[in-house]
Amino acid sequence: MTGRQYDLVVVGAGPAGMAAALQGHKLGLKTCLLDEQPGVGGQIHRGVDRDLTGALRSDDPDARRGGALVAEFQASDIDYSPETIVWHLDPDGQMAVMRGDETEVLSYRHIILATGSIERPMPVPGWTLPGVMTAGAAQATLKSAGIVPSGRIALCGTGPLLYLAAAQLMDAGADVRVLVDTQEKGRLRAALPALPAALTAPDYLLRGIPLLRAPANAGVEVVRSVGGLRVDGDDRARSVSWEVGGKTRTEEIDWVLLHQGVVPNINLQQAAGCDIVWNDRQHCWQPVLDDWGVTSQPKISVAGDSAGILGGEAAQHLGVIAALGAAARLDRLTPAIAKQKAAPAHRSLRRLKAIRPFLDILYMPGREYRMAGKDTLACRCEEVTGGEVRSAIRSGCAGIYQIKMYTRCGMGPCQGRMCGLTIAEMVADETGKPFSDVGEFRQRTPVKPVPLTALAKLPDAFSGLEIGDQVSEKPVTAKPVTTEKVA
Amino acid sequence: MALCHDFAMIKMHENRPLAFQAAKGAEPAPPACIEIDGETITVASGSSLASALLLAGRAPWRGSNVSGEPRAPYCMMGACFECVVEIDGVPGRQSCLVAVRPGMKVRTSDGKAGQ
Repeated sequence: MTGRQYDLVVVGAGPAGMAAALQGHKLGLKTCLLDEQPGVGGQIHRGVDRDLTGALRSDDPDARRGGALVAEFQASDIDYSPETIVWHLDPDGQMAVMRGDETEVLSYRHIILATGSIERPMPVPGWTLPGVMTAGAAQATLKSAGIVPSGRIALCGTGPLLYLAAAQLMDAGADVRVLVDTQEKGRLRAALPALPAALTAPDYLLRGIPLLRAPANAGVEVVRSVGGLRVDGDDRARSVSWEVGGKTRTEEIDWVLLHQGVVPNINLQQAAGCDIVWNDRQHCWQPVLDDWGVTSQPKISVAGDSAGILGGEAAQHLGVIAALGAAARLDRLTPAIAKQKAAPAHRSLRRLKAIRPFLDILYMPGREYRMAGKDTLACRCEEVTGGEVRSAIRSGCAGIYQIKMYTRCGMGPCQGRMCGLTIAEMVADETGKPFSDVGEFRQRTPVKPVPLTALAKLPDAFSGLEIGDQVSEKPVTAKPVTTEKVA
Repeated sequence: MALCHDFAMIKMHENRPLAFQAAKGAEPAPPACIEIDGETITVASGSSLASALLLAGRAPWRGSNVSGEPRAPYCMMGACFECVVEIDGVPGRQSCLVAVRPGMKVRTSDGKAGQ
């Protein structure tokens, strides 16, 4: 609780965060990088410095770029704090972080949030069973620990990352049995009008083609345009089923890896009161930003995928731009020089942005998979089903907050990270309201659950703090596992 | 009670353990001793606690908050809270965000059921 002071605090050690911290540091700003993970890289470059998967030895340009960035960051003397959770962000320049059970208050003159993305919730029946994970979870675990799920694996969902994860898992010796693609029919036709713009970055598109073919080429069965995806099991996943051409098929498996794209991780932005808007093309919330990534809170910027999904390469450029903008605000640079220095990053971004509409439309998850069915849990923590959410909406819960109060949806430890989008989709679907009227779960302090002891250590600076419902003396794991449960 | 717990775990895994395995070509990580629910076990070091517990076949290690149904890590990136454990007396820690450290004392909600 020493109250360290920084010119620039960056949150998140992915490509945007590392690039922002390096740029700020180069411009003479006293810079600190905070990250939740034990190691640098974010999700995309996780473990790249240790290269457990051999990706660096291959020709993968993403891994090479990530490796270079991580090496540059590790060679710098920037203050870096891993395993550090930001649980309070005050827009006026103070924040509270926790590392282990140590709470510390930091002061910043400007902060860049580079908190990346999380995988879009995919609430299919059985998605809470042990043995069901996200494809990104398996990928991240492979990259950071060099391990893969043992047993028969089905990958289900849509988007290029699903195919990439399949290829990486197979290379690592995992037993991938089937790839079940839930992409709706007609997406390619819908995306065609956006193709000419995408063709301005043809290398990007061409790299995707061998990737999409890799699972089939390696002998994995690929099933397309399926509906009715579900996972069944008892105390763990035992089988996955889907419907195609009016027939149901069931495969016995040990692991189901779900994925239907990624969405910005906006928790800290929300908690600090930054304005958020709905992105209709990407079907998710994102912050309102100016050309430098500055939010509606003048001391807070956002860079990388937490600003809107553009991918890891774009994130690096956005990190540089955000740091230049911060430096200009802190009078380290004149606006003219900042603009001049940001020009190359803006040029590269234009190309990377051009491809995005095509990909967004092509891989937009189907309506069926963006909402929870009648008996399927929408909220994993408080165990609220899609049916309960719908009946709450029908009985007059107009806004997302009323649903939260009425059903407890979003009041568990994850604070709506896993159900927020699902609920918003269901309210919009049921009421026909635009998303801007539906509203989002707004995270409050503490942004992540903290023990009361951590709060008690806070200085008077936060005496006026409004505390949300995530403070507990009890561990969030208070209930025992029931192994005798019959499905 | 510890015996009952072990028996339940064996029953759960009678077909094929719900576990991770080393990736092809990956060097095995050096082992580290940790304590979990009072039992000393050897796990892989150099990764997150959640990864190490998955490799050791300990999943699932917690029950859901309302019905207590078994849950295992879902997102492995700090969002879902399905991997939560108590570490060295601090409750509610996301084990996917904490590196394995020799001698760390871990308590799971699963283990508490047997105590």
